[in-house]
Amino acid sequence: MTTVELSPPRLLHSRRSRLRREALLGYGLVLPALAVFAVFSFYPFIRNFKVALYQSPPVPGLPSRYVGLHQFGHVLSSSNFLESLLTTVIFVALVVPISLLLGLVLAVAAQRKLAGLRIYRTIFSSTVVSSVAVAAVVFGTLMNPIVGLLPWLGISTQPPLLENTTWALPAIAVMSIWQFLGLSFIIMSAGLQSVPEEVLEASRIDGATAWTRFWRVTIPLLSPTIFFAIVVGTIYAFQTFGQIDILIGFSNDPARLHTNVLIYNIVTTLQQENNAGAAAVMSIALFVLTLLLTLVQMRFLEKRVSYGR
Amino acid sequence: MDAETSLTDPTPDATLARNARRARRRRRARLTANYAALTAAAIVILFPVYMAVVNSLLKEGQIAEQPPPLFPNHPQWHNYSTAWTSGHLSTYLANSAVVSITIVVAQIITSILAGYAFAFLRFPFRRTLFLVCLATLMIPFEVTLITNLNTVTSLGWFNSYAGLAVPFLATGFGIFLLRQAFLAIPKDLEEAARLDGYGHWRFMWRVAVPLARPVVAALAVFSFLAAWNQYLWPLVATGGNTPLYTVQIGLKELVGTQADQLNVSLAGAVIAFVPLLILLIVFQKQLVRSLTAGAVK
Repeated sequence: MTTVELSPPRLLHSRRSRLRREALLGYGLVLPALAVFAVFSFYPFIRNFKVALYQSPPVPGLPSRYVGLHQFGHVLSSSNFLESLLTTVIFVALVVPISLLLGLVLAVAAQRKLAGLRIYRTIFSSTVVSSVAVAAVVFGTLMNPIVGLLPWLGISTQPPLLENTTWALPAIAVMSIWQFLGLSFIIMSAGLQSVPEEVLEASRIDGATAWTRFWRVTIPLLSPTIFFAIVVGTIYAFQTFGQIDILIGFSNDPARLHTNVLIYNIVTTLQQENNAGAAAVMSIALFVLTLLLTLVQMRFLEKRVSYGR
Repeated sequence: MDAETSLTDPTPDATLARNARRARRRRRARLTANYAALTAAAIVILFPVYMAVVNSLLKEGQIAEQPPPLFPNHPQWHNYSTAWTSGHLSTYLANSAVVSITIVVAQIITSILAGYAFAFLRFPFRRTLFLVCLATLMIPFEVTLITNLNTVTSLGWFNSYAGLAVPFLATGFGIFLLRQAFLAIPKDLEEAARLDGYGHWRFMWRVAVPLARPVVAALAVFSFLAAWNQYLWPLVATGGNTPLYTVQIGLKELVGTQADQLNVSLAGAVIAFVPLLILLIVFQKQLVRSLTAGAVK
């Protein structure tokens, strides 16, 4: 009798303690990652907004002055920021469409099952592993006026390509297109493989030519992939820093003003001008741009999914 | 039945054979065109790298020649030893290796632990905390740069391995990947392991992680690539008289100090590229898997 009366609370108790132990284990396992995120992602992210509200002192060491949102207006309307923003937009417009188009063309060409295709796929993806510094040195030296390649091809290197106000940015874009091509190819290939064979077969039976099939079936089905690639490519282009730092950063030539993309502007404002406040404002602007882009992508993908199934 | 007879004697059989032959010829032509296009593209893509290798083996004066030499007739291997010693590449490669391997190992461990918790354990705010981890993917690095530099400096980690590695010991991407992999493990398996007396810890390391091995490998390759190729953070977080440069920053320094010796800079770039080339060739499958994790679906 007594045992029967005692057992339900004890069972309940052991169940509760088991749940508590599971929860404790859960928090314990998540803790290392969350600690890193707290210190090196969320704290700096939040503090960045505070930094943006203070005007950095003219001489390092003096206290910074609270100026509030005033600094946003001041920095975001400055010609330095606006020119930098324009340079970034031009750079993205040069890099993203071309590298995505080339990646798509390569992916389509390498899609058919051919002998030896593995080697081609490796070559096409290879630029994804090239680091910014390696790419910069490789392209930078080939573009160097001392090297015989460009003059021999009939491309003038007077003034040198990378010191030329018109051509410095496109030259860096060529490098970035090459570097991003590998990832673009990989993403597009994966997208093409996910296009169901039955759909293509059905349209073939309906008498659609290869051309129509590509534009009316493959491309619409591929559009989420293309949009994903646009976002990834734009973020990649936004973060182009190393090439400019290695190839242009040394010189004080006029080309520097024409390759002053936002990320480069942020770092020089921070490191050379010691103006953390202005750098923080610009980094927030870059964050908002990235965020908007990602949100648009998410909206787009949701739409696709609800239409698709 | 050959072409001659089919022309003079157009029986249905002959027409059929002729059409088949024509189709075969057309297919072969298309195949050749396809290969030609693929090869042309491959040449264009590899051309800069090929020229870099060739130029790295030329004598200084040969670089300016027109037409540019397409093959090093007298390869100057000593350019590589010059780059190696004057660029301190052995030190910088070692720095890169230490930092990258630390980051990879730590990211795998933190991702496995958190991914397991999110997939197999129940606790309050589980979903919220998972979203918090994903939210880190939305924060671009440049927004955290200013404060992280402050944090690392005030911890006394400026120009140290800790300063280079600690900010990257966990990744939302890795947690996401491993949670997905763990969720794919059948519930029956988990129950069977429970009945055999497996606790969470044993189940994690004996069953769940081995089953998720392909994903762990993909994450390892991806994080190694990202860590090895970092540029901005090692640039701002190192300095002083004996800078702990990684090989990427070392290359920048080499270009700066050997400005008149392009062949030496290129030799340095080739040296820095080799570890990643090996990575690509050996782990292509894992690399592609990790890079496309977000692309499809």
